[in-house]
Amino acid sequence: MQRLLLGLVTLVVVSIIIFTAVNLLPGDFAQAILGQGATEEAIAGIREQLGLNQSPVTRYFQWLSGVLQGDLGVPLSQAMMQSFSGASTGGNVITVAEQIGPRLSNTLFLAGVSAAIAVPLSITLGVLTALYRNTAFDKAMNISTLSAISSPEFFLAYILILFLAVLNPIFPSLSNIFPGMEFSERLNKTMLPALTLTLAVTAQMMRMTRAALINLLAAPYIEMARLKGLSPMRVIVKHALPNAMAPIITVVALNLAYLVTGVVVVEVVFVYPGIGQLFVDSVKTRDIPVVQACCLIFAAVYILLNLTADILSILSNPRLRHPK
Amino acid sequence: MSQFSRRNLLKTGVAAGVLAATGLPVRAQAKRGGRLRLGLAGANTSDSWDGRTHSDTFMIAGAHGCVFDCLTEVAADGTLKGELAESWEATADAKTWTFKLRQGVTFHNGKAFGADDVMESLNMHTEEGAKSAAQPIVSAITEMKKLGEHEVQFTLAAGNADFPFLLSDYHILMYPAGQIEEAIAKGIGTGLYSVESFDPGVRFVGKRVDSHYKDGSAGWFDEVEFIAINDASARMNALMTNQVDVVNRVDFKTEALMKANPMVNIFEVTGNQHYTFPMQVAVEPFNDMNVRRALKHAINRDELVQKILQGHGRVANDHPIGPANQYFAGDLEQNSYDLDKVKFYLKEAGLTSLDVNLSAANAAFAGAIDAAQLYQASAAGAGININVVQEPDDGYWSNVWLKKPWCACYWSGRATEDWMFSTAYETGVPWNDTGWEQARFQELLLSARAELDSAKRREMYTEMQMIMSTEGGTVIPMYANYVDAHSTKLTNTGEIGNVFQLDSSRLAERWWFA
Repeated sequence: MQRLLLGLVTLVVVSIIIFTAVNLLPGDFAQAILGQGATEEAIAGIREQLGLNQSPVTRYFQWLSGVLQGDLGVPLSQAMMQSFSGASTGGNVITVAEQIGPRLSNTLFLAGVSAAIAVPLSITLGVLTALYRNTAFDKAMNISTLSAISSPEFFLAYILILFLAVLNPIFPSLSNIFPGMEFSERLNKTMLPALTLTLAVTAQMMRMTRAALINLLAAPYIEMARLKGLSPMRVIVKHALPNAMAPIITVVALNLAYLVTGVVVVEVVFVYPGIGQLFVDSVKTRDIPVVQACCLIFAAVYILLNLTADILSILSNPRLRHPK
Repeated sequence: MSQFSRRNLLKTGVAAGVLAATGLPVRAQAKRGGRLRLGLAGANTSDSWDGRTHSDTFMIAGAHGCVFDCLTEVAADGTLKGELAESWEATADAKTWTFKLRQGVTFHNGKAFGADDVMESLNMHTEEGAKSAAQPIVSAITEMKKLGEHEVQFTLAAGNADFPFLLSDYHILMYPAGQIEEAIAKGIGTGLYSVESFDPGVRFVGKRVDSHYKDGSAGWFDEVEFIAINDASARMNALMTNQVDVVNRVDFKTEALMKANPMVNIFEVTGNQHYTFPMQVAVEPFNDMNVRRALKHAINRDELVQKILQGHGRVANDHPIGPANQYFAGDLEQNSYDLDKVKFYLKEAGLTSLDVNLSAANAAFAGAIDAAQLYQASAAGAGININVVQEPDDGYWSNVWLKKPWCACYWSGRATEDWMFSTAYETGVPWNDTGWEQARFQELLLSARAELDSAKRREMYTEMQMIMSTEGGTVIPMYANYVDAHSTKLTNTGEIGNVFQLDSSRLAERWWFA
């Protein structure tokens, strides 16, 4: 409970930081939208209409009170559109929540697919590298995953496009998924971005698994198990792995959070209609309500996953589950 | 291979030669079928089917080029033809225009098209609080009268010979009367393709309507799919890997790779889009015409076209009328890079050297700072010292343009001479970025506007272009091409419109799968 409250406080602090940061960017929505037509009167007119001429503090609290009532507001672009068209567009205004909703579910789908590949893969690799540590296999795995994590994501993305879309057309290079698409096709289109993200997160999870296991392998009870004559595989999976769960869960949770929040570049490269792309578009036009809402979601994902990780590591540790 | 406009080919008199050389059939046989996929830059999450707000490619090509129709249409060869209007005529003073409308046309929801739709659709632009870009066009109409179900009469405040031309503007779409709100929400027009699905900033799918008044002359695809790809590399990639059939705004950095791909064809046209360096003619030293002429001869236009546009453009002659305009005077004497002339005009101005500031930022146009530096280098040889002031991109249009005496700027051009001149060069208009005011020019502008005789108008507009080229306040070094690319599976009549990107945004109407 206390942790949840702390999480909420963190969210508020994050929102203040984001709000200040966006306000520090040069130019504002009025200038961004008007471009060449940005005469002083036009800018003043738009600022007045959208309430941008009020002080940042006032605007922040207006926004905060809206959020507390579950209202994320209306994107400035939509508010603008309404004033542009005069009376006759009536009730067709899209709210921030409506705009983000489908994008967020797309991003979660991508994160889900990536996690479904990355988590089993990296834990298996972690176990195998621990088992065959310091062999050629171990070294090869370490080198390849570390080089993957050291390359920028857009580079990985283009490499994958080159090998899996251009030279061997296995997967489409364009991930333009849309509602009503069949699941298999959706999965096919999501594959390349998911693989890119997999490459970006595997190293950390694999190496953490490996390190935690190797650490435990020196423990006396493992030596006992080995002396009993158990096979090395059984020693690791049955005896070492359960005790290594806590650090593994933490690192998995952190990486899952990254899968949601770190997708910006990958989404842009693959034209994946997720929240990352929306975020980039909104920053470009200084559409503060949308930027704020995206940040809030990113922060909430981090806090919730961390919380889940903590709870799960407590559950996985009998000592913590049954305190004396 | 810059342009296939019939008008230009005929004018240069090499039509047969060019056509033979490029191997283009004069008229290929079009056929129905297939799903056209376009990967387009220029999509926004704020997009809607409201024509008044359209300003970028995705919606212009989607609404103007697929779902909706206008009263008139600029054909691929640059001539004006009726779209929803069948014919029109004007009184001698060009003040009263009577339009006969096409009969038997229906909207996608089944409603019949008629005079009421025209009047209500036009009124949208002058509605209280509406900020339509076409507002100046429509507000010139003082009275609209319904003469019959398919006949409308417009009375203008002042004569305007271009009125039918202006009605082809992509903002002035025809909506069903009484259902405009619904039509904007769902995209209900009279166009060749009806809306199947639309996700703003992401995707639009249109389906060919079963029977249409353009059957047999346009609309060859069964379905069209627009995919928003704002990232340039991703867009080029999508075409190269056959995920889409057409992309707009080719990335010059990867152009060589695209040219090497036998499945991809780059096509470009020179339209009216031009880059400018406006000088405020009321401010020292630009108030001296000799200084302005010196500066016009101090810029190396060919170099700019090669280095800033990578060859995808054409040298311009310091007036804003482009090859896509009706009365473009392409045969005026070209202001060329000539240091002797620069020295001569400086001497006329009583100067031996000149120090000026030129404000630039890449917000003005891509490569504006580089262009300013090239200008600086080319002018240095004749004693002109251009100091390039790098301005921030943010706020460029509000803080620099119209404020600094000399800066970089761009114009997408306008469909008619009058529209272009009256936007930026008429005495006293707010966007007159050079503060240009000249009695003869103004007189010509007003009389050409109301003149219906095409030959006389050509004469007047030619003189205006000449005045601007020699005396005017702006240096216009080049026209920037519209450069798009398509898969070789697609083909067209060989004539590509140059009013806008993608065959004047009507690629989905005019092209077909070979």
